[in-house]
Amino acid sequence: MRASTAAAIIIIGLPLVLVLTIMVFGLPVLESLRLMMQGAFGDQFGWSRTAVKTTPLLLTGLGMVVAWRAGVYNIGGEGQFVMGALVGAWFAKVAAGLSGPLLLSGILISCIIGGAAWAWIAGWLYAKRGVQVVISTILLNFISVQVLSWAVSGPLQESKHQLLLTDMLPDGAMLPKLSRQMDVNLGSIIALVAAGALFVYLFRSSGGFLLRLSGANPRVARANRINAQRAQLVAMALSGALCGLAGGIEYTGIAGQLGLGFAQGWGFLGIPVALLGVLHPIATVASALYFGALFAGSENLARFSASGTTIVYVIQAMAVLGYVGLNAWAQRIPVQVEAD
Amino acid sequence: MEWLTLVTYAAPVAFAALGETIVQRSGVINIGLEGSMLLGAFTGMLVSLLTHSALLGVLAAVGSACLLTVVFGVFTVLLASDQVVVGTAINLLALGVTGTLFRARFGQSGQLLTVPKVDDWHGVNPGIILLFTSVPAVWFMLGRTNWGLALRAVGEYPRAAESAGLSVPKLRMQALGIGGVFAGLAGAFLSLVIAGSFAENMTSGRGFVAIAMVTFGRWRAPWVFAAALVIGFAESLQFQFQTYGWKVPFQLFIAMPYVVALVVLVISGKGAMAPSALGQPHRSDR
Repeated sequence: MRASTAAAIIIIGLPLVLVLTIMVFGLPVLESLRLMMQGAFGDQFGWSRTAVKTTPLLLTGLGMVVAWRAGVYNIGGEGQFVMGALVGAWFAKVAAGLSGPLLLSGILISCIIGGAAWAWIAGWLYAKRGVQVVISTILLNFISVQVLSWAVSGPLQESKHQLLLTDMLPDGAMLPKLSRQMDVNLGSIIALVAAGALFVYLFRSSGGFLLRLSGANPRVARANRINAQRAQLVAMALSGALCGLAGGIEYTGIAGQLGLGFAQGWGFLGIPVALLGVLHPIATVASALYFGALFAGSENLARFSASGTTIVYVIQAMAVLGYVGLNAWAQRIPVQVEAD
Repeated sequence: MEWLTLVTYAAPVAFAALGETIVQRSGVINIGLEGSMLLGAFTGMLVSLLTHSALLGVLAAVGSACLLTVVFGVFTVLLASDQVVVGTAINLLALGVTGTLFRARFGQSGQLLTVPKVDDWHGVNPGIILLFTSVPAVWFMLGRTNWGLALRAVGEYPRAAESAGLSVPKLRMQALGIGGVFAGLAGAFLSLVIAGSFAENMTSGRGFVAIAMVTFGRWRAPWVFAAALVIGFAESLQFQFQTYGWKVPFQLFIAMPYVVALVVLVISGKGAMAPSALGQPHRSDR
């Protein structure tokens, strides 16, 4: 399917899936849409909520875009999100003496490195040992959860050693907020810049070209003496870096401390966002915004009806399945024969 | 800790992992296992509540989980779509549908919800007996029958299997159907044997644990079962650690099976154990 056709189908399909899902659960359609709209964009607080939900979706979504473009199926966004934030929290502890902005940048850079390193393990296993990225990233996700649990009950536990949390960051080391009353912060801008940078890298640089080629057709890459494995390792590290940054922004922008429930599935939610953003960085911005708004809007819906944010999962799932199904149907005529 | 209690708490992962062993041997990774388990747990609870029969609940759990797994198969096997994408969507779908229906019917928390459970039989739960008979059954099916041989061929080298006259989609769909039955049993065990109730996102990652344990058990039914017991034991240890105030971090024990599985993969690389075509969509050229 051509990218423009795919985009057109998604733009028409997404609202359709939204309305259908609301109808299936027996909710009043217009009233529900109005409540969601109001929750997501009704006032400045709505916009703030939408931005706060969009940011991690966008960053993990971008992480998936870069990995999948290179043909590596990273399902470890969750682990990279956690490990990134953990390395950031560790930096915050050892470099506590630094002044605010310096500490903040140090934390964010640590998060990026932490996420990249964690993903690199899976990339290395795939490139050098032929281990499926799907399998290794699932294992790494579990290990990261235990590392988090150990860190917040041991070396990184808050100074009173009572709660399973890290110390709260000093205000100066938090991402600056646009207003005192709202949660929206500089992180959203950083995420947008990341989307632009990824676009330039993937579509305007030779490295990005090699990366995409390695994913689209590894045999052509090999025939042209391009090291596809190296490109895939780079893609995996970049993917982890973006997921780690997502963790870092959640940590320094919203949470301020890490606890057992820090990862709320953002790593997994990035997958549908990236796919419905047709694996393109700019379209992924739109896709993340759409689902960010749905999450923000459904919180408002939850106040007035029995339905909660869980309905957004249904919408995401149905959209993905519909898109995947249409894509497969469009591909059915020229049967692709994969050679070994 | 009494061994029966240990087996009871390890059983959901064990059931799911046994089914996933069959699925992975056919060359498919059912990333949607978590979702199938969750849907099974929910429908099992709901039917048990409505009919006052735990047995009907179990049947409903098995049916619904099997159906959802077959949906996964339609997309990944018949339409050759990516297993990670479809699996993630299946998980989200199950989480969303069960969460929304549960809240609509039982309110935010669903406290005090109790449904008929599967009763013990001579002091042992029938589910446990079923689990212990499933292990040799799966081993026998995979290792000692023509069907198992064909299934493994499809998982190792689908194109060769196809030229030998086997139908790759048919065998993979059959494997997923059986995997779905096991996912349903796993879900039913959670809601109708252990809890007698349901909670949002009740499976909380156990489907992924099962996938990991298939790797840890090297794709062999008895070892996968042992791996599920090991992770159950490691998780139960954390309470002992807290009781006795041992100084070694218990997280180390829980993480150990995953670390070991990873290290084994590092050492053996692609290894002789993993099905060669694992996770790769197959497009028939017929």
